[in-house]
Amino acid sequence: MTAVRFDHVSKAFGPQQILDDISFDVPPGTAFCLLGRSGTGKSVTLRHIVGLVRPDSGHVFIEDEDITVLDRRELARVRKHMGFLFQNAALFDSISVGENVAFPMRRHTDWPDATIRDRAGQKLADVGLDGRYDTMPGDLSGGMKKRAGLARAMALDPGLLLVDEPSAGLDPITAGEIDELLVKTKAAGTTLVVVTHNIPSARVIGDTFAVLNAGRILASGTIEALDASDEPLVQAFMGSQGGG
Amino acid sequence: MHYVTEAEAISGHARRCVIQQPVFVDRIGSRVLGVLEFVGAVTTLGARAAIEVARPPYEPREILRHLYDFGYRSTPLILAAGFAVGVVLSMHTRASLERFGAEAMIPAGLAIAFIRETGPLVTGLLVSGRVGAGIGAEIGAMKVTEQVDALEATAVDAFKYLAVTRILALMIAMPLLTIMMDFAGIAGGYVAEAAVSGMSWHQYFERSFAYIGYADIVPATLKTVVFGFLIGLVSSHLGFTTSRGTEGVGEASTRSVVMSSMLVILSDVILVKLIFFFYPQVAA
Repeated sequence: MTAVRFDHVSKAFGPQQILDDISFDVPPGTAFCLLGRSGTGKSVTLRHIVGLVRPDSGHVFIEDEDITVLDRRELARVRKHMGFLFQNAALFDSISVGENVAFPMRRHTDWPDATIRDRAGQKLADVGLDGRYDTMPGDLSGGMKKRAGLARAMALDPGLLLVDEPSAGLDPITAGEIDELLVKTKAAGTTLVVVTHNIPSARVIGDTFAVLNAGRILASGTIEALDASDEPLVQAFMGSQGGG
Repeated sequence: MHYVTEAEAISGHARRCVIQQPVFVDRIGSRVLGVLEFVGAVTTLGARAAIEVARPPYEPREILRHLYDFGYRSTPLILAAGFAVGVVLSMHTRASLERFGAEAMIPAGLAIAFIRETGPLVTGLLVSGRVGAGIGAEIGAMKVTEQVDALEATAVDAFKYLAVTRILALMIAMPLLTIMMDFAGIAGGYVAEAAVSGMSWHQYFERSFAYIGYADIVPATLKTVVFGFLIGLVSSHLGFTTSRGTEGVGEASTRSVVMSSMLVILSDVILVKLIFFFYPQVAA
């Protein structure tokens, strides 16, 4: 069984081909890092996994279930086992940071309020935001929003965690802490699909990798395979030390 | 020097017409298609909203929150506007009826005008402005900041959670606000009348409702449920289709007010016709 499988997925927005015949597998309990320059379709790939975008052709399987043929309600059932950290965190700005984290719990569990508040507080502490339960999202810095978004994505301890640029906008120390948290989450059995530009971070988190370019997978495999790649773009990418 | 002959001029004009005509036809065609697309999308969304209302989860917390926001918080505006319109209408009615020596009919005339038409319509237009703009802007802002996607990714039906709850809250709030508007208008009419003729509240109230029956109050008040549905639906649709960042949010807000107001007025024409059909005594 694979946690995520892309089977010849293609997607275009208008005349622009975003993904062109993409296929890959992510085994359960591993971390798959999707690398590539901006605008190469990495975030669109994540959106396909959560079913926010449907492919023009091809199929996306989550635990061997083809989600491209599911209706809205069946898709919601699959999504309950996923967490998604958006690139800009996408916190609900009308409720507090703590309630953002508590939101999935309130929607999908019948836990008492005290338990939900405790667990949400704990998730915030895990990302270094303890004591920020009642802060409104608008009062947080960009990096703090990102961490709160990660806490929300992990609220229900999902089996599959999708993370879009986890270290973007974070200082190196916090970025390191987030990497550590993701590694810990993976060790607990969660499958990770991480989109990142940050190669040092990807080396820490990832088990398998793919480099996207112009909607196609340029290279894929283990870190050693990518390091040994002859592709100039892959070499340039793997040699970079920048965060981001 | 070459002078343009009449034949050349005519042929040139004909050529310009031939060149310009497709552009003109294209523009008209694209406008018509745009309108049809909008009507189709709103109708589909309306049908979906009607189905989703009956399906769990029923989101009572969200509905109550919106009821508070759209209903309770609109009360000062509705009462103030109703009172002012009541005063002005009373002054106009007095000026007209005085000519015929029918001042005694002022309370009844004003009450009939208010309850049958002015109250529901003005409430609809005010709510379009206050609430429609808010819905368009709020959902639009959520759309461009990916909060709508975040809801969906959290396995929450964003349309139901954001739009259906708002539509339902508006459908409940509108008749209540209309009743408030009616009473505020009648109260305004009384104040204007009392200032001129010294009529007592008891007498004014009695005369106001002397010619008002069930058929005047109930259909006219309940038609605002349709106004609430349309305002909520159109504003939500425009919010969900927002693009182009903050500029798009502003546009969604403005278009929500314009489209909601237009739909309130247009639907009012149809609803009044229907009321006349089902309650012929109202038209008599």
